[in-house]
Amino acid sequence: MDWSFIGAHVPDYLEGAWVTLRFGLYGVLCSLAVGVLCCLVRYFRIPVLRQVAAGYVELARNTPLLVQLFFLYAGLPRVGIRLSAEACAVIGLTFLGGGYMAEAFRSGLDAVDRSQAEAGACIGLTPAQNIRYVIFPQALATAVPAVFANVIFLIKETSVFSVLAMMDLMNVADTLRTGGGRTVEVLFMLAAAYLLILLPVSVAATLVERRLRYAGFGDSRPV
Amino acid sequence: MQGLGIHVLFEGINFQRLLGGLWVTLRLALITIGLSCVFGLLFALLMLSRKPAAKVFCRVWLEIVRFMPQLVLLYIVYFGFARIFGWDLDGETSAVLVFTFWGAAEMGDLIRGALTSIPRHQAESAAALGLRKSQVYRYVLIPQTLRRLTPQAINLSTRIIKTTALVKMINVAEVLKVGQQIIGQFYRQPDAAFWVYFVIFLLYFLVCWPFSVLSGYLEKRWA
Repeated sequence: MDWSFIGAHVPDYLEGAWVTLRFGLYGVLCSLAVGVLCCLVRYFRIPVLRQVAAGYVELARNTPLLVQLFFLYAGLPRVGIRLSAEACAVIGLTFLGGGYMAEAFRSGLDAVDRSQAEAGACIGLTPAQNIRYVIFPQALATAVPAVFANVIFLIKETSVFSVLAMMDLMNVADTLRTGGGRTVEVLFMLAAAYLLILLPVSVAATLVERRLRYAGFGDSRPV
Repeated sequence: MQGLGIHVLFEGINFQRLLGGLWVTLRLALITIGLSCVFGLLFALLMLSRKPAAKVFCRVWLEIVRFMPQLVLLYIVYFGFARIFGWDLDGETSAVLVFTFWGAAEMGDLIRGALTSIPRHQAESAAALGLRKSQVYRYVLIPQTLRRLTPQAINLSTRIIKTTALVKMINVAEVLKVGQQIIGQFYRQPDAAFWVYFVIFLLYFLVCWPFSVLSGYLEKRWA
């Protein structure tokens, strides 16, 4: 292991990590928005939109991001829709992530027993209060582990952004590898970089999950 | 050449070529799924063993596959192993190795989860009814475990199918690569790329979606 090579190329990796993180974050935030939207449309059974959302979720969850990106980046310009690499990255990740987030939120809402809402109504809560104090906290407690799993999944998926010629971590490593031949060092730094990005996310997930578990009811409490 | 570029797909044997490319990844996925089931079972037994060393070993393995993007693992095996161990693996062997390394750990965790989710009183009641140990497994524990496991295992399988699309990045001639060749041949048809990538997108959907539907159906039915 050549440590001076590693030391010299830390700045390259920092730049790559910044691209990975930034576009990962944009993708995650947009995915959350799309996920909430789809979930609400389905929960309140809004006609037409509900079927559209269901179809979208299936499409997003059953196709690989790589194929979605090729379609966006290399397919769409041929019919007159030109998008920058960055736009493709965010749209692609959102398309994928929105479907996964919608499912996570839906499983959260599904986990709240109907009797909970009925009991809330019985003790005189308004529908808004019922959602705020009864349904939402419990749904969140169930949904959050899945949401965090999706966040980690989406950040990992950003590794295919290099096909868009974006200088993310993967592409930085690939450029150094083909340029210098220090394959082992390059790959070691690549793995370390992803670990350093994802470890804090995972720790945050554990902390948040622990905090939210208060809303559990019956069997969902930790043993 | 005028008109819609979709006709490109039906020129000569282009569509068969595309399906052949899809089969390359599907075959890799099938091999991986098979191996993941076998090694996943071993992994689960290891996780459930009382030896602390085995537990730590599994934990570390599981965390590695959870944190490392599959593409990074592919790079490490495809480019790195030649340098580190002098093994010059081809793309397909690397892919099976990496995806099994990942799939076995995920499958093992699912099997462990399914096994430990069966309440202890199930086995105790069966024993109290006079069932022999083998009968307890045959009629009580294994059927319940399989019911919990099957939908999740099918889900993991679709994830494996989608992930095998990544072999494009280590120079395996799969469906996207074939698509690029077809587009290259028909460069005079400007919207060929749009249709080719759109059809690849649909092909993946048509492969994965039935599994998703089956998994959802089994989950509801056996819940």
